[in-house]
Amino acid sequence: MAEIKKEHELIVAVSPHIRSEETTSRIMWSVNISLLPAVVMGAYFFGPKAVFIIALSIISAILSEYVYQKALNKKVGINDGSAFLTGLLLGLNLPSSVPFYIPVIGSFVAVIITKQLFGGLGYNVFNPALIGRAFLLISFPKLMTIWTKPEAAFVKFDATTTATPLGILKEEGLAKLIEVFGDKMNLYMELLKGHRAGSIGETSAIALIIGAAFLLYRGYITWHIPVSFLGTAALMAWIFGAKGALFAGDPIIHLLSGGMLLGAFFMATDYVTCPSVKKGQILFGIGCGFLTMLIRLKGGFPEGVMFAILIMNCFSPLIDRGFKAKVFGALKETKAKEIKK
Amino acid sequence: MALATFKGGIHPPDKKELAKDKSITPAKSPQRVVIPLSQHLGAPCKPIVTIGQEVKKGEMVGEPGGFVSAPVHSSVSGKVIAIGEFPNAMGKMVNSIVIENDGKEEWTGLKDNPDYMKLSPDELKEKIKAAGIVGMGGAAFPTVVKLSPPKEKPIDTVIINGAECEPYLTADYRLMIEKSVEVIEGLKILMKVLGVNKGFVGIENNKPDAIEKMKTAVKNEPNIEVCALEVKYPQGAEKMLIKAATGREVPPRALPMDVKVVVQNVGTAVAVYEAARYGKPLIERVVTVTGEGINNPANMMVKIGTMISDLVEQCGGLKDDVAKVISGGPMMGFAISSLDVAVTKGTSGILVLPEEGVVHAEEFGPCIRCGRCIDICPMGLMPSMLGILSEKGMYEEAKEYNLFDCFECGSCTFSCPAKRPIVQLVRLAKSQTKP
Repeated sequence: MAEIKKEHELIVAVSPHIRSEETTSRIMWSVNISLLPAVVMGAYFFGPKAVFIIALSIISAILSEYVYQKALNKKVGINDGSAFLTGLLLGLNLPSSVPFYIPVIGSFVAVIITKQLFGGLGYNVFNPALIGRAFLLISFPKLMTIWTKPEAAFVKFDATTTATPLGILKEEGLAKLIEVFGDKMNLYMELLKGHRAGSIGETSAIALIIGAAFLLYRGYITWHIPVSFLGTAALMAWIFGAKGALFAGDPIIHLLSGGMLLGAFFMATDYVTCPSVKKGQILFGIGCGFLTMLIRLKGGFPEGVMFAILIMNCFSPLIDRGFKAKVFGALKETKAKEIKK
Repeated sequence: MALATFKGGIHPPDKKELAKDKSITPAKSPQRVVIPLSQHLGAPCKPIVTIGQEVKKGEMVGEPGGFVSAPVHSSVSGKVIAIGEFPNAMGKMVNSIVIENDGKEEWTGLKDNPDYMKLSPDELKEKIKAAGIVGMGGAAFPTVVKLSPPKEKPIDTVIINGAECEPYLTADYRLMIEKSVEVIEGLKILMKVLGVNKGFVGIENNKPDAIEKMKTAVKNEPNIEVCALEVKYPQGAEKMLIKAATGREVPPRALPMDVKVVVQNVGTAVAVYEAARYGKPLIERVVTVTGEGINNPANMMVKIGTMISDLVEQCGGLKDDVAKVISGGPMMGFAISSLDVAVTKGTSGILVLPEEGVVHAEEFGPCIRCGRCIDICPMGLMPSMLGILSEKGMYEEAKEYNLFDCFECGSCTFSCPAKRPIVQLVRLAKSQTKP
C-alpha cells in the first residue's frame, strides 16, 4: 500500500477534474483563420499593398501588446491570438491606399489605449480595432477616405481612385450607382465578389460569408447578433431606403456594401464588448442595425457600421444587467407568492 | 418523443464504457476497516464501543449525534483496535473507529422478514433510521430526515435518481441492471413511508438496458413510472431531476419537499429495501473503480471502511502516468492526496485520471465574456460575473448575482475556455460572506 503511494505523486486540485477542450487561444486563432478568405480576396483586388497594410497592422498590434506587457511586468499574452486578431481586423478595415504609419498608429490606439489601459483582454469596453479605426478616421479624414479602384492594383502602381458604392449612393443616388455597375444584377454580383472600392477586407461578401459560416458551424459565434443586426438594417433599408417613398428601398445593396457583413459577423460579435446574455445580444444587434442605417440614411457619413457598434458597446454591460437570466425556479416563487395572497 | 430534461447543462464525454459492463463483484474483505464517525451531513456519531471490544458484523459502533445524523455500524466482525482521527477524502481529520477483521463475518441482528410491506410506515421508518442509511449519491444526507417532512409540507411524489450523470461512474447503472427488483421494492417502501402513490425512476437515455430492466420491474406497478432523461450533466442534480420528471421547479433556496417531492438515489433504495426486509444496516456499497489510470476498472461491493489503496490494488494497481485519484465523479468529486483513505457511505466511485487532460490551477486567463457559462448554467446564474466579482474580493456584490443559488455542479468551469476556476471562486465568495 505504502509503495503505491510513494510511486505516485498525486495532484490535489478542486473539482471539476475534467475540462472542455476549448481554450481562449483556440477561439481567437479560429476567428483569425475565418478571416483568411477576406484577406485573400483583399489581396486579389487591392494587390500587395493591401497585404503590406494588413501585415503592418498585425505586427504593430502584437508589438504594442508585447512592449506594454513587458514594461508593466505583466504576463505576456501575445500567443493567445487576440492582439493578432485586433491587428488583422484593423488592417481589414483600412483602405489599401493609406501610408504605412496609419496602421501603426491605429494598432497602437487599439491595443494600448482601448484594450490594455482598460485592463487588458476581457476588460475593454470598446472593440479595439474599431476604436483604432475611428481614431484614424477622425484624425486623418482625408487619408482614410481615398478609395483605390480594385482592379487597378495588379495593373499599375499609381492606382486610380474612386468612390465607394455607399458614397455614390449617398451623394448621387441609386440610379447613378446602378449606372456605374451597368445593371442591378451586375451590381449585386460585383458586391458579392467584392469587386468594388472599400476597405481591404470588407468588400468581398462571399469571402466574409464563408468565414462567418465556419464560425457559426464551430459555435464560436451564434446567430443572435448577426441576424438581429442584419435583419434590422435590411428592414430599415427597405422601409426608409428610397428617397421620397416608403417601403421602396433596396436592402440587398445595403447589406452587401460598406462594412455591414464584416461588422455584423466579426466585429459586433466580439465576446468582450458585446453582451454575454443571448437575449441581450438580440437587442444589441437591433441597436447596431438601427444606428447603422440611421447614420447611412440621415447622418453625415456614408457608412455607419463602425459608429453603430461602438455606441452599442457602451450599452453592453447595461444590457447584460437588464437581461440577467431568471434563476432556476424564481418565476414559480413569485407565482407561488401571488397564489398565497 | 422529446426526452425529459432541464434548461442548460453540458455534455462531457461520459466514459462509462470503461466500467459499465463489469458486474458487481465483492471486494476482498480487508484486514482492518477504518469507520469514520462522520460519513454523513449533520452531527457526527458518538462512539459506543471501547478499544479491545469484540464486535459483530452489523453491530452499531457509533450512535447518532443529533436529529440530522445516522448511526454507523461495523462492516466486519472482529476487535476494535483504535479510536482516533483519520483523514477522510476531503482531507479533513475525522474521528474514526478501527476494527481488526477476524475473518469470521459473523452477523448480528440479521433476520429475513418477507412480509416487510405489511409493516406500518413508522416501523419501516424506524428500520431505515436504525440501518444508518444516508443518500448514497454522494451528499450523504441522512435518509430518515428526508422521510420526516414537517406536517405542513405534504409529499406526493418519490423519485429514484438513476441519472448517474457524473461521467465514468457506473455503480447505480450496475445496481439497476443487477438489482432492479430491489430498487423498485425500495421505492415502494419509501412511497409507503411517505404515504405517496406516485413514484418515478429517472434514468439518462445513455443506459437503454437499465431503462429496459427497470421498465420490466415496474410492469405491475401502475403507480411507478420509469422516465428516460436526456443525457446531460447535471441531470442527476435534485432540482434538475425533479424538473425533468415532474415539470416542477424547486424555488431558489427551497428544498424538494417544497414542491412535494422526495428524491433518493438508486443505491439508497436498495439499502432501504435491505434494511426493511433483513434489518441489514448500511455497511457496504457499490463503488466504481475506474478511469484511464487504473489497470482493471471494476464495480465492487465494498465494505465501508475499506482503504482505497486496497481497492486500487485489487483493480490491478495504478498505471505509471497517474496524476489524480478522485473520490467520486470527475465533476464534483474530491481529489485525494493519499490512497490511505476509507470508503464511506457516500463514496460512489474511485476515479483515477492520467496526467493528460489535467488543468493546473495557475493556468487560467482573464474572462473573455464569451457567455458559455451563462448559456449552460442549470441554475440560470451568471457564473462569469460571480467569478470576476469573487476574484476582485467583491463578495457582497456577488450576492446580487445570486451567489448562494449556485450548487457547485462545475458545468461553468468545465466549459470555460479561459480555464477559470469559477466554482472555486464561488466557493471562496460563499465562505467570505453570508447569504
